[in-house]
Amino acid sequence: MKPGLKRSNAPIFWALFGAGGMLSALLGPMLVFITGLAIPLGILLPADTMSYPKMLAFAQNFIGKSFILAIIALFLWHAAHRIFHSLHDIGIHAGTGAKLLCYGLAMLGTVLAAYALLVIGF
Amino acid sequence: MSENQKVIEIEVLRYHPEKDNEPYQQVFEVPFTDDMSVLQGVQYIKDYLDGSLSFRWSCRMAICGSCGMMINGIPSLSCQTFLRDYYPARVRVEALAHFPIERDLVIGLEGFIEKLESIQPYIIPKEARTLAQGEYLQTPEQLGAYEQFSSCINCLLCYAACPQFGLNPSFIGPAATALLHRYNVDSRDGGKAERMELINSEQGVFNCTAVGYCSEVCPKGVDPANAVNQNKTNSAADYFLRFLAPKGGAK
Amino acid sequence: MSKRRPYVRSMDGWWRKNPFFVEYMIHEGTALFVAAYAGVLLTGLWRLSQGEAAWSAWLTALRNPWYIGFHLVALAAIGYHTYTWFKIMPRTMPPVIVGGQRLPGWVITAGGLAAAAVASLGLLALVWGMAR
Repeated sequence: MKPGLKRSNAPIFWALFGAGGMLSALLGPMLVFITGLAIPLGILLPADTMSYPKMLAFAQNFIGKSFILAIIALFLWHAAHRIFHSLHDIGIHAGTGAKLLCYGLAMLGTVLAAYALLVIGF
Repeated sequence: MSENQKVIEIEVLRYHPEKDNEPYQQVFEVPFTDDMSVLQGVQYIKDYLDGSLSFRWSCRMAICGSCGMMINGIPSLSCQTFLRDYYPARVRVEALAHFPIERDLVIGLEGFIEKLESIQPYIIPKEARTLAQGEYLQTPEQLGAYEQFSSCINCLLCYAACPQFGLNPSFIGPAATALLHRYNVDSRDGGKAERMELINSEQGVFNCTAVGYCSEVCPKGVDPANAVNQNKTNSAADYFLRFLAPKGGAK
Repeated sequence: MSKRRPYVRSMDGWWRKNPFFVEYMIHEGTALFVAAYAGVLLTGLWRLSQGEAAWSAWLTALRNPWYIGFHLVALAAIGYHTYTWFKIMPRTMPPVIVGGQRLPGWVITAGGLAAAAVASLGLLALVWGMAR
């Protein structure tokens, strides 16, 4: 390697950003519609779609668990990466501090989601 | 000058390092005809109004890449931008954004030239061939893989369009990456591994946030944003798979 | 002595100076809503892990007009994210060669948007099917 060239660790964060960006582009609007509008307002979907027994069963199912974790974690990593770059864009070059804050919060959210899914059991 | 001669105001960002602390605007009134480019307007100023105005130009036909300027804030080749499209409003001319101003409309090029050298912009033959063995043959598909990227004329409009280069001048940037990619995907070339070190580095492609404006302003139809982003994929694959592949890399 | 004294211009407010950059900042800004919505889902998951009473309280809270308002804005923002994600995709992905010809950009964008529509309707159908 040429002197002064340091390999960037960005691929890790970029891959998570890309995966989350693709997932939120494909499913984000419909998820917001279902959980944030259709269920609370009682439109389109049956009233008990997100009842406790149904959601518990979904979150105890292996596929359901994976889906919930993927959505929450990848949305967070996608957003963290974009927000980190936007801070740089608007002139806040906080460097390591901003990086720790953005990616740290995404990591915290991922851990909390994984923990909750463990507590819910199988 | 005839009675109905049209006159347009050209506002130029001036800067003479020997006397000015910072750049300032100066407005010139330039008589023009409908076939006059912004470059010709600036040449009129130099010839008839103020001989001290400095700018680069050469071919007047969008192939030499030397007359790039910010025209009303948009990176443009001044030879293919026409005064009639701005008249009767004033047209603002400024040195290409994100580069240091050397003098008036002339920018400092050292940073880019260093980058251009660092990408080794020439074919590093995969296999040495003697003259007697004849030419390297290439199919139309193999040509198609790199052809658009070889149209770059180093005019630097894409750098003036790239805020990430403006924020971090060490970023290798759009044109140099497009040219690097042009050689990497050439079937005759074997220099990819060396060039990828630059792509993978902290000066490399991950400074790009896919703004995409570089490709919008390119006067030669090159898509530098695509070269940069294809190499994010290449670099990420290399980053994650380098431990799996034996040294020397299965490509 | 050299008279050279290159002048470096400030980048302050660069994103306000060109409509292209304003749009870029808006589509980057959609990330705030993606993050906030992930936060809402995380809260719901947390409540679910705390039992039926906590879950039902969360479901009730979602009916609050502030929450409804947030979700309306989030729907618009994340929908805009979907549109811009696929709009830039011809520039971000490797070329797709079909029959020796490079696929035009608009086909990739249209394909992405179609995939999003199919995935969204599939998700809705799945949820509807599971609820019955």
